[in-house]
Amino acid sequence: MPRVGQDLLQYLQLDAMPHVWCPGCGHGQVARGLATALERLSVPLERLVLVGGIGCSGRTPFYFNANAMHTTHGRALAFATGLKLTRPELTVITTMGDGDTAAIGGNHFIHACRRNIDITAIVYNNGIYGMTGGQQAPTTPRGARSVTTPLGSLEPPFDIVQLALAAGATFVARSTTFDFDELPALIVDAVRHPGFAVVEVLTQCPTYYGRMNELGDAVAMLDYERDLTMPQREITKEGLAGRRPLGVFRREIAPEYTAQYAELCARQAKRS
Amino acid sequence: MKLIQGNEACALGAMRAGCRFFAGYPITPATEIMEWMARLLPPKGGVFIQMEDEIAALAAVIGSSWGGAKAMTATSGPGFSLMQEHLGYAAMTETPCVVVDSQRGGPSTGLPTLPAQGDVMQARWGSHGDRPAIVLTASSVRDVYEVTVAAFNLSETYRLPVVLLLDALLSHMRENVELPEVTVVDRAKPGSAGTFLPFGSTAFQAFGDGPPLVVTGLAHADSGRPRASDGPNLERMLRRSIDRLETDRDTITRYRGIGLEDADHLILTYGITARSAAGAVQQLRAEGLRVGLLQLQTLWPFPERLVVDLASRVENVVVVELNLGQLVMAVRAAVGGAAPVRHLGRADGRLFSPEEIAAAVRAGEVAHA
Repeated sequence: MPRVGQDLLQYLQLDAMPHVWCPGCGHGQVARGLATALERLSVPLERLVLVGGIGCSGRTPFYFNANAMHTTHGRALAFATGLKLTRPELTVITTMGDGDTAAIGGNHFIHACRRNIDITAIVYNNGIYGMTGGQQAPTTPRGARSVTTPLGSLEPPFDIVQLALAAGATFVARSTTFDFDELPALIVDAVRHPGFAVVEVLTQCPTYYGRMNELGDAVAMLDYERDLTMPQREITKEGLAGRRPLGVFRREIAPEYTAQYAELCARQAKRS
Repeated sequence: MKLIQGNEACALGAMRAGCRFFAGYPITPATEIMEWMARLLPPKGGVFIQMEDEIAALAAVIGSSWGGAKAMTATSGPGFSLMQEHLGYAAMTETPCVVVDSQRGGPSTGLPTLPAQGDVMQARWGSHGDRPAIVLTASSVRDVYEVTVAAFNLSETYRLPVVLLLDALLSHMRENVELPEVTVVDRAKPGSAGTFLPFGSTAFQAFGDGPPLVVTGLAHADSGRPRASDGPNLERMLRRSIDRLETDRDTITRYRGIGLEDADHLILTYGITARSAAGAVQQLRAEGLRVGLLQLQTLWPFPERLVVDLASRVENVVVVELNLGQLVMAVRAAVGGAAPVRHLGRADGRLFSPEEIAAAVRAGEVAHA
């Protein structure tokens, strides 16, 4: 397994370490995937803005050498939308958790999908609220335990990929921290995609989700992720057998918001 | 001379001030401001966007401001309530932006089409925690234009969200206006690179205009790096930004006075209510009563010294406002025992007539005598 080399370290803000993530947390693997993607994209760091929500995932921007905007719970995409419209030349990536994305920020998420603005949303989905101590998330599976569902969750979870597809996102993908060698390529494609791109990453929370649902340590949880999912290329006639598919689900070119807006302004300026 | 609506004057003032970003969500009675901005911004290359709610509207405004644009939103009570968290975020992150709240009767959905002045305390204290706040009001369509420009200027100068309180009547009222000449203040840019700290400075660096920045709603150092467990650092930061307004309170304070020089009785009011109060002063002066009017345009920071100076020279003070007692709390706290302070308020969606205000002053005079 390759180590994080000097090439990746240049993307990280080492002064901000140690990070807040617990031992065994998958968020570091997502951050590594992002750093690897940035290296491949060679975006100048002063032209890149990482916009975080609130929660464990929202802290990601602090650990990078790029511009960091740590916003409010659920609203990262709304901040990012205002920024991207004002400075379309900047690369804007949001890092949000599943609660950020699908609970408190659900409205912003579906509307960002609908608008097709050129922002990449990386959604860290660990099925639980980690920062506040293990409460039920809108992605917590039925029957799963959390501190607010000690007898098991009664609610069906959101499937973030399906939500993004239904809301009209033009690039939608899913990966896991088990498949972290494939994650950088997905993030690269998402950032290069001229429109709103969603990359959901299933990530393990051994501290809360794992412990409360007796899934074992981080390594055992990676196996759990593997068994929970199926790369699209491996799907056979028997279908998914209850597993969640991985890979790119949509890659579609559609009118992008900032480009359309620039055209509209140019037309107006000509007329007046 | 132009016949324009209050909300139109607000949009024109914003454009004149250099506003190049508007995000909003429809709400009575503020909607025309966004309708005008939707037309005025694109030809200037500015950005207009209708967001999915008011929370998103102010978030987008803050995001845009960090992109370097002068940015605003406009709303009314229910939307203003939703914006409180982001007003706090803007204060914490020293983000210049303007929030217009055209007040209507509340609480809740309340009286959507009727004027009120019930958001005075919310504009000051609505967001959790301590923060510096600048809150302005206007009384005429011409005022709306001028004060909107002033709101942008103050927000750019102090790197703060500035709230402009209008009301349903002023928003929808039309008056013949000669738009006045105004001065426009632009955001100060950082000087020579190297030593620049992005916070605690009046200079502002946008994303993409220099080395990478860190912006967070967590308590932070002047470098922007979070200091989430350092209480004394946060208090120092808050005191610094609050003190800056204290120091400059006199220049931030905008007001008009009528007959203040020889007044025995003082009417203190603001916004739309000042118009009836001016009529009351005329009536009472005609009766031989020496009445003065203090019409505040800056509500916060509260112009304490101005109010105390005037109150200590009169026999009584009447505070008139379209709520059940909000700014009067600040007046009483400032005046102390220097003069009796009476309150004339209502929350029924109606304005006070000059006669009603005059009667309150007369009653105060009788009580005093």
